[in-house]
Amino acid sequence: MKPAFSVVFLTTLIGAGQGLLIALASGQIYDAIGTGAKPAPGSFYAIGALVALVLLCLGLVASIFHLANPQRGWRAATRWRTSWLSREVILIPLVCGLAVLYGGVHALGWSPVVASFGNGKTLDLAMALGLLAVAGSLALFVATGMVYACVRFIRQWASGWTVINYLLMGLASGFTLAAAFATLMDSALRGFLTSAALVLTLGALAARSWQVWLNATAKSRSSMKTAIGVHHGQIRQVTQGFMGQSFNTVEFFAPGGPETVRGLTVFFLLAGFAAPAALLAAGLPCLAFACQFIGLLAERWVFFAAGTHVQNLYYQAKA
Amino acid sequence: MSTKQLALVIDLNVCVGCHACVTSCKEWNTSGWAGPLTDTNPYGADPNGVFFNRVQTFECGTFPNTETIHFPKSCLHCEEPPCVPVCPTGASYKREEDGIVLVDYDKCIGCKYCSWSCPYGAREFDPVQGVMKKCTLCVDRIYDKTIEEERRKPACVLACPAGARIFGDVKDPESEASKAIRDAGGFQLMPEWGTSPANHYLPRRKTTTTLHADELVRVDNPLKADGEKPRPAFTTPTIDGVSSW
Repeated sequence: MKPAFSVVFLTTLIGAGQGLLIALASGQIYDAIGTGAKPAPGSFYAIGALVALVLLCLGLVASIFHLANPQRGWRAATRWRTSWLSREVILIPLVCGLAVLYGGVHALGWSPVVASFGNGKTLDLAMALGLLAVAGSLALFVATGMVYACVRFIRQWASGWTVINYLLMGLASGFTLAAAFATLMDSALRGFLTSAALVLTLGALAARSWQVWLNATAKSRSSMKTAIGVHHGQIRQVTQGFMGQSFNTVEFFAPGGPETVRGLTVFFLLAGFAAPAALLAAGLPCLAFACQFIGLLAERWVFFAAGTHVQNLYYQAKA
Repeated sequence: MSTKQLALVIDLNVCVGCHACVTSCKEWNTSGWAGPLTDTNPYGADPNGVFFNRVQTFECGTFPNTETIHFPKSCLHCEEPPCVPVCPTGASYKREEDGIVLVDYDKCIGCKYCSWSCPYGAREFDPVQGVMKKCTLCVDRIYDKTIEEERRKPACVLACPAGARIFGDVKDPESEASKAIRDAGGFQLMPEWGTSPANHYLPRRKTTTTLHADELVRVDNPLKADGEKPRPAFTTPTIDGVSSW
């Protein structure tokens, strides 16, 4: 498939934004459980939520460039019963709204008690909104992953690992960003967030490598025999019916060929996971995030370029 | 599931690969309801354009034992169209009344997601209008009362000089299309995906005959058996009484 830069930026940016929201809420829970250290101030969460909001909005802007008729984009929210794309379109603004509420409540310092429990503990509004933001972000990860995982005709995408990887890579980049943010803000959460980012980055490395391996060995369900219904062991295309280009020969083929995919796969495994993990372990989370984000942009490009569509069987030769 | 399903039945044994269906489809649809089917750089070095129908050519076997298959390909109007539920706007839909899969150009946002969900590559994006386009089974002419009844068929069917394309309701067991599928072994493309395409193809058929050596020479040739008739004598009576030869 031809990687569209709009979608490459959309998925990486909102992934980091969602991961950052989850990291902030996790930090708040970590504080609430009680570590003895002084809890991070409301401004830490407010600014963090603002950064997440900026990332999500940048992703939304990138997605608009993917649409040929963005003025009708609102219609994309109407088929949520059947379309994962529609569900994603609904969840992005929802998570943006939760980020605004979460950051706003922290900025204003509101902490009315929403619920109290039998053991004397209470749930305040900020934490409740944080948990909602976590739920919304997780749902958005699933929706984004399923947009690709439900395309049965691209065997490299049609797997549960696609969803798991979107989740893990988003969380890894979000927690790395949170660790960088905590370092810049000189927060006590720095240690917790750095360790979590390291674990998630290594987890994402393992899961993504596994999917790279699976895709290298996967077999197509269709063949020339079923494509044209001729039961012959040796079928070759003489002509696809035209000498020039068509949508089918542009949209479904990646520029650069398999060498580019192989080279960039090595690059993203190093720059997206291995190097950031080393930098996190070395206590350089800002550098780790910059390196990881570039690596994840390459990862997303490879994810699209490595997808081979069943329809390509019909477009193999010109004459 | 609709009780009527209009579709094409394409006879691969008859198609000669002349592309008449391709050009007549483009002509009708670029100037009709579904049009324009825009071309970019049509006369330049790298032309690109939207077509609803393509004729491809495949070759089986190794020379000299080869067989050429001309293979027309357009939207198959699946009974379980995978392109329809994935559309986020509802622009891609399947008509209840006759099973035709269509795109509502006023709702399409041009995200191209439906084309990813078609294993046949039947959908082609129009970069000028920014909407997805595909075969409409000439929905703007098959119901047109101003056209004489026997010509209310898709443009490709009317254009085919070899008669390789049959148009009809594949849910009606008495239709010409259903009979052809039943009698000539009609099949669907890529049945492994469960899309249940409405369009069917009729397979290549090998027509063979056995010739015996004595059939190559006409043994009962009357000229050879009898030879030429003997020349009449000069005095033989004739009809006009003047000449005998």
